[in-house]
Amino acid sequence: MKVSIDMSRCQGHGRCYDLAPDLFDEDDEGYGQVRGGGEVPAGSEPNAQLAEANCPEHAITIEA
Amino acid sequence: MASDERFSLELNEQFAERRLGAVRNPVVEGPVSDWATDFSHVEPEWANDMYEIQAGLRTRCPIARTERFGGAWLPLRYDDIAAIAHDTERFTSRTVVMGNFRPPLDAAPMGVTPPISSDPPFHHPARKLLLPPFTKSEILKLEPATRAYCHELIDAFDGRDTVDAAVEYAQHIPMRVIGDMLGFPPEDADEFRVFVENALEGINLPPEQRIANMGQLYEYLVAQVHDHIENPRDDLTSYLLNCELEGEKLNAFHVTGTMALLLIAGIDTTWSAIGASLWHLAKTPKDLERIVTDRSLLPTATEEFLRAYAPVTMARLVRDDMEWNGVDMKAEDWILLSFPAANRDPDQFERADEVVIDREVNRHAAFGLGIHRCLGSHLARMELRVALEVWLERIPAFSLADPAAVVWSKGQVRGPRTIPMRIG
Ligand code: HEM
Ligand code: SF4
Repeated sequence: MKVSIDMSRCQGHGRCYDLAPDLFDEDDEGYGQVRGGGEVPAGSEPNAQLAEANCPEHAITIEA
Repeated sequence: MASDERFSLELNEQFAERRLGAVRNPVVEGPVSDWATDFSHVEPEWANDMYEIQAGLRTRCPIARTERFGGAWLPLRYDDIAAIAHDTERFTSRTVVMGNFRPPLDAAPMGVTPPISSDPPFHHPARKLLLPPFTKSEILKLEPATRAYCHELIDAFDGRDTVDAAVEYAQHIPMRVIGDMLGFPPEDADEFRVFVENALEGINLPPEQRIANMGQLYEYLVAQVHDHIENPRDDLTSYLLNCELEGEKLNAFHVTGTMALLLIAGIDTTWSAIGASLWHLAKTPKDLERIVTDRSLLPTATEEFLRAYAPVTMARLVRDDMEWNGVDMKAEDWILLSFPAANRDPDQFERADEVVIDREVNRHAAFGLGIHRCLGSHLARMELRVALEVWLERIPAFSLADPAAVVWSKGQVRGPRTIPMRIG
């Protein structure tokens, strides 16, 4: 599984790095960024789904 | 003595001129005849029954109208509210406080309080300047001092069995935190409260009174600017005085306008969120008990309080005459942009009218959507979390001393302004 952020949509709400700090981080301006190229380690799938489902800007995509 | 020529002019006169340029219309007050055609967010019914009124309108007409304030629309559906928040072409943020004043057209693109009053392309660089000090990791550095201050407030309850959770607790926390960030003296907090009330609640006052009130705020800010020019320090005021936008320092309007915004935007909003959360727990013993026994519920509960009791409604102005989603909008019509209404739309949220403290999927819009996403959202979340953690740690059992005595604010920022609470 892989996660990515559409930076044209992200507004830095930070729900992703609040809910899934193992997968997402903030940049210097508070926009979201994926850790480690967006690869979701085994066991972190629920966190990926949680972040995707809570992003107010629908900026997160999950690829199987 | 240090000086800065940007601030040597007769500033306050210029401010007054800018504000006097505003278009005014007759003030219409009094009972609403029909919420679908005559709504008003400053009548007492709105403060008391906002959710019922909005739910009724959502099924009757998804976009309500009023001739008050010179003409305004109120969309009730999440999708419409999100679309308007994202559409900065057709809806301008020249002002976000709906009342009887419209700032002059040439106030754009900066507006009076950048960046909230700014449209693209001015908005982005003005906002970008402010992002670094408001990131989550910068804000977390303020947590220990905030926590200590919350404890101090509770220490002062000192054996009493009834306190006012809004007046003696919730309101002080954001005032202290933003005052410190801007580098203003903590003893000025009483003045901040007056500035906030004037800016957001006094919107039907006569224009002369409103102008005088705003004058007071700008006089205060200019005095702080002069103090910071003479004694620069590591705070947001000195930061704004020194930072540059495209190679130039910010002009005086920009500096003081942003200071005004940072001071006003974070106070009654966060105070409302803290107050509404404590009020909910006080009147809902089953939720209080669940959270006290399982503290890990607090993060989802806090997001749910932000959804269900979203404190902030914004406004936009329609840029040009147009037909929008079946409605005939005219240039300069207001849009009352109700994030609270979006957050209770049953098409977007299951059990939208219930407070579900373990709601896992919660794409709420309490901090807005699109380019104006609340700059202070990480700060507000930190303050709200710490305020609730400290209260629950110190006062795990509490209830409303007199439910009927709880008073909610009118206007665009909604929260309880007095909450008599039994804590003994
Ligand atoms: C629970 C508390 C808060 C709520 C619910 C809230 C809500 C909002 C909302 C809905 C917006 C969007 C405005 C729009 O679309 O026109 C906004 C913008 C803003 N808020 Fe907050 N706010 C809160 C706390 C704070 C705090 C603590 C600060 C700190 C200074 C702050 C500063 C700002 C600023 C500067 C903007 C404008 C951002 C821009 O236009 O780019 N807010 N807020
Ligand atoms: S939750 Fe969405 S908008 Fe917020 S930082 Fe993450 S990706 Fe960006």
